[in-house]
Amino acid sequence: MEPSKIYELLKKRFGEKVGEFDAEAIDPCVTVDTGSLPDLARFLFEDETLAFDSLMCLSAVDYPETLLLVYSLHSLKNFHKFTVKVEVSKDSPRVPSVESIWKTANWHEREAFDLFGVEFQDHPDLTRILLPEDWEGYPLRKDYETPDEYRGMDI
Amino acid sequence: MKLQDDNIDLKSDEMILNMGPQHPSTHGVLRLILRTDGEVVNDVRPVIGYLHRCMEKHCENVTYITAVPYVDRLDYIAGMNNELGYALTVEKLAGIEVPERVQYIRVIMAELNRIASHLIAIGTYALDLGAVTLFLYTMRDRERIIDLFEEVAGGRLLFNYIRVGGLAHDLTPGWVDKANDFLEYFPPKITEYNDLFTYQKIFIERAANVGVLHPDVAVSYGVTGPNLRGSGVAWDIRKDEPYSGYEKFDFEVPIGRGEMGTVGDCWDRYYVRLRELEESVKILRQAIDQLPREGDVQSAMPTKTLKPPKGDIYYRVENPRGDLGFYIVSDGTPKPYRLKVRSPCFTAVSAIREMAVGWMIADLVAILGSLDIVLGEVDR
Repeated sequence: MEPSKIYELLKKRFGEKVGEFDAEAIDPCVTVDTGSLPDLARFLFEDETLAFDSLMCLSAVDYPETLLLVYSLHSLKNFHKFTVKVEVSKDSPRVPSVESIWKTANWHEREAFDLFGVEFQDHPDLTRILLPEDWEGYPLRKDYETPDEYRGMDI
Repeated sequence: MKLQDDNIDLKSDEMILNMGPQHPSTHGVLRLILRTDGEVVNDVRPVIGYLHRCMEKHCENVTYITAVPYVDRLDYIAGMNNELGYALTVEKLAGIEVPERVQYIRVIMAELNRIASHLIAIGTYALDLGAVTLFLYTMRDRERIIDLFEEVAGGRLLFNYIRVGGLAHDLTPGWVDKANDFLEYFPPKITEYNDLFTYQKIFIERAANVGVLHPDVAVSYGVTGPNLRGSGVAWDIRKDEPYSGYEKFDFEVPIGRGEMGTVGDCWDRYYVRLRELEESVKILRQAIDQLPREGDVQSAMPTKTLKPPKGDIYYRVENPRGDLGFYIVSDGTPKPYRLKVRSPCFTAVSAIREMAVGWMIADLVAILGSLDIVLGEVDR
């Protein structure tokens, strides 16, 4: 299914909750707010014409104003792709987890938590994954400053 | 109760066993915390990050062109494939079209590297299960591929050969003949591996029916590549979303059929890799036959500093270990604003619990080996 058709379907189902659609982008994408994400994700997964059974990638990006989460979806059943973007405020970066829908989100969300400090609500095990437990700060934030040492070791 | 809880409630026969991070069977620095009851694994929690180098942060501080060596070092067994994925992503973002000769040479390198990588996978898998000989045989044959790479790129493991918009050098004179010699030499060796190991009774007993990964579970965990195909899902990006001219080649996508046990067991994952050796040879023969004789391999390479237009892209290729994806954001400057690597090994490790619970510790070694992970890519 074409991304524009997928957008129409989402618009019909969720109305105003579905934000703007960028058809010009290399990967056409739609922006939604954090509150609408769980229902929308569940619909993308369960609806038979969509059947997005695979979360290819979950990336976080630190923009000057906001943190952006990018969910790259793919359907192995219907061979189509779609991208969902969620803006998260930097002051309180909280977003509902999609771990119950796509199991792979468990580790991808832990990674975004570890490196960007995004808090995924209802995540079963939100702990640091790549960095040690006692690491301070979120290295992939643009304002991150590398510490001089870690446990007495020079960095 | 799960292992991550603070108050671990151990039953009288249970114990917590730490495996790794330094352990001969973990294929790098991976730690597994096991809850065991005698020899049986009741729970397993992988702990990763011991090889974390913050490669994504490094890449934000270098230009698109100079990021290639960092990409090499992700899955260091399959450097050419990593470079190809990265180069294609940046080219798509920047709108660069490469000449046909470059496409063909890239496919040749990627398939040679796939063979080299699968040879390590198969050889070390035998080693994990106590069969040392096959490892020596596969390393012997892999050496020939490494020699071919050394001649053309200078490096034997890390190449910096496939560049954005082209290649570091054209093939050296006589290289094609040497590659043809290899394609003559190699196919009989696959029969040798089969005679020595694939159909050996002890191996079948160790691998068949062990660590079955259900296809739906595999898809949900984002498991890809030979591990997914071992579970019977015929998904191969080279076939389904062809890149770099793969649509021109005739090859099959082997999937697990449960020939020795159940679909998606360790034997199936092993055998898919073995069959892929044959398919790679097929692709290589066609690519070498059809390789355009003329063409400047650097004609499409950016002559000035590359500044892709503002935008973002997610693009992926079929690496020996599965879908390697790059998510790149360009803000119009010479450096990537964000570069995220979606690693196939990362998702494979995350699914271990689904396969290992209920099996014995020795089977866990068999399961881990069958996933063929490289920790450099898991941890990035």
